[in-house]
Amino acid sequence: MRVSLFITCYNDTLFPETGKSVVRVLERLGHTVEFRAGQTCCGQMHWNTGYLKEAVPILRHFVDVYRDAETIVVPSSSCVSMMRDHYLKAAESVGDKRLAADVQDLLPRVYEFTEFLVKKLGVEDVGATYPHKVTFHTSCHSERSLHLGDIPIRLLKQVRGLQLLKLENPQECCGFGGTFSIKNADVSSAMLADKVRTVLNTGAEICTAVDNSCLMHLHGSLHRQRTFARTAHIAEILASTAGDRV
Amino acid sequence: MTTQEQTHWSDRDFPEAAKELLQDSQIRSNVRHATNVIQAKRNNVVGELADWQQLRDAGAAIRAHSLEHLDYYLAQFEEACTRAGGHVHWARDSAEANRIILGLIQKHDAKEVIKIKTMTSEEIGLNQNLEANGIHPIETDLAELIIQLGRDKPSHFVVPALHKNRQEVREIFRREMNLPDLGERPEDLASAARTYLREKYLRIKVAVSGANFLIAENGAVCIVESEGNGRMCLTLPDVLISLVGIEKVLPKYRDMEVFLQTLPRSATGERMNPYNSIWTGVHEGDGPKEFHVVLLDNRRSPILGDAESRQTLQCIRCAACLNVCPVYHQTGGHAYESVYAGPIGAILTPQLHSMTEGRSLPYASSLCGACYEVCPVKINIPEVLIHLRGKVVEEDQKTLSGKFGMWNIGMQAAAFLFASSSRLSLAQHLGQIGQKLVVSKNGVIERLPFMLSGWTQTRDLMPLPDQTFRDWWAQRKPPSDHSPAQENFHVE
Repeated sequence: MRVSLFITCYNDTLFPETGKSVVRVLERLGHTVEFRAGQTCCGQMHWNTGYLKEAVPILRHFVDVYRDAETIVVPSSSCVSMMRDHYLKAAESVGDKRLAADVQDLLPRVYEFTEFLVKKLGVEDVGATYPHKVTFHTSCHSERSLHLGDIPIRLLKQVRGLQLLKLENPQECCGFGGTFSIKNADVSSAMLADKVRTVLNTGAEICTAVDNSCLMHLHGSLHRQRTFARTAHIAEILASTAGDRV
Repeated sequence: MTTQEQTHWSDRDFPEAAKELLQDSQIRSNVRHATNVIQAKRNNVVGELADWQQLRDAGAAIRAHSLEHLDYYLAQFEEACTRAGGHVHWARDSAEANRIILGLIQKHDAKEVIKIKTMTSEEIGLNQNLEANGIHPIETDLAELIIQLGRDKPSHFVVPALHKNRQEVREIFRREMNLPDLGERPEDLASAARTYLREKYLRIKVAVSGANFLIAENGAVCIVESEGNGRMCLTLPDVLISLVGIEKVLPKYRDMEVFLQTLPRSATGERMNPYNSIWTGVHEGDGPKEFHVVLLDNRRSPILGDAESRQTLQCIRCAACLNVCPVYHQTGGHAYESVYAGPIGAILTPQLHSMTEGRSLPYASSLCGACYEVCPVKINIPEVLIHLRGKVVEEDQKTLSGKFGMWNIGMQAAAFLFASSSRLSLAQHLGQIGQKLVVSKNGVIERLPFMLSGWTQTRDLMPLPDQTFRDWWAQRKPPSDHSPAQENFHVE
């Protein structure tokens, strides 16, 4: 299958290893990956912060770049939820029927990365080896917008050497929320403190998720507190093989 | 006569009020404990119902339909209620509602009234207005009594004293009821409240209530409660005045089938409320001799006119969204500086003030979506929060300070970059160079300037990697060199 990778703006800038891992997993499974250089952002930051009319040109750009793509894979559930929950409404809010139709045409071809592996490809074992103690944080959008359910867990359970440790309240928000973490920094920090406590209580070396946004937030605190725990996007775990040094 | 326009709690915005409440470990631990208990009970009794999602769908459909035809159902209610011997009054705003209620109480020369918990009366500042006019309102709901005696404010609209623990309640009762030897067992506190209130039920002849539902077809009014104080107030006095928001009407009696299942389960984790009172007008020799309903608009009509946020009015005030909200868990209700706290308060309050107050509330959410998931009438709270954020931004952009404020400039700049991949790429490269100013000797970013400083107060930030993904891809060898065979991949 020809897979077009939408890396997302913050993964592109801050987490290139996640993108490389997605490429590695998909090519290992025998698929062709393409990367459209024109891509930028899904528009979520603007939309969720209330800059609604500013978000529309960004999603229009996304639709233009991927119009003829066969399948689009995105290693971020929050960006996919932006598309599924808000794109149509955004297009309609500016009265652009053409854009609304394009969105409806495009959306069925957009998949979150783990959703693509399990639901579209029907693969749970991607041939990964990752001999570490790992706990999984259920990001809000993966759970309550994309309804991924146990999809990421099923993938992790097939990883050789991986010891999966149960997180307490896995579905409670880590407090990131995009610009919420800046506008309401104190409340966000308090939410983060609770989440970090549950992560450390598991004794895991690695906390993973399908979103680097939550993980960047968690890592920021884990690092500030000089803890032993680190974060890694699920794609990086699924890309790892026996020969890798992690 | 004194009246006030709208209950006004404070000028503090949410982040400021939250910052102060986050320092109060007693409140935080009380709130966390209470919401966890209610949540667990709610999850149990909701889990028992195989058709829970269908009940949510039905509830949402009935409420949406009622709002769609609100003018019709309100008129039908008025007609049916009047026919049954009730009196219906229409109040455009707080001032009018206060005037009507005060007039009715004065007509009966009452100096005291007993009250059933009603957040709508908090919304219009009824107690303060009655006090200012020499009438003493007595709250009979246990939690509202605690709030009243403690000169406090409700922090939750189902459990108003949720931020107080048992020891704190005992202190208030000991002091205010003059009971120096009062114990701290739940039964000691309940018994003290009972003794304090019983005498008042028997003596005071005018009661003020809210309502959970109005039923259009027969003019009935419904209140569900757990303590029985409501039943006393609804049956013992000679005069009953019910203050009700216009959105609370349901078309038919049979619609109650849905809400009498979803409301108690969502609100208190009970299968049904211990007391369900539904009454129609007045009846000779049974209950109040005079019954008034005051229908309150108070800027609900403009909400009805906004197709995007109309669903706000579907709310049946179960407060499940407060109990599940991770923001509410941290701060409790007082941070919202409003009668209506939590996620629903964050969308309702600014709209009830035509977006002139509570403008920081739509931002008091990480948009985690837990509120929408539990809402028994499926109000898409995150969607409405974003819609209201849009209104706040739009209005800010009309002012000079908003237009040239850091947020607007930052967002406009980001929108400019995201319009083209070459601009984004250039910005990424500039960032990689420019960040040298903020990266510490530990190789991480420990302090950021301006509005970004909130991030680094508790979190480090990794510096931008030397190479973006798009640069890595551009200089990558053709995929043929990365054939699957090279990985020695074998699925067992």
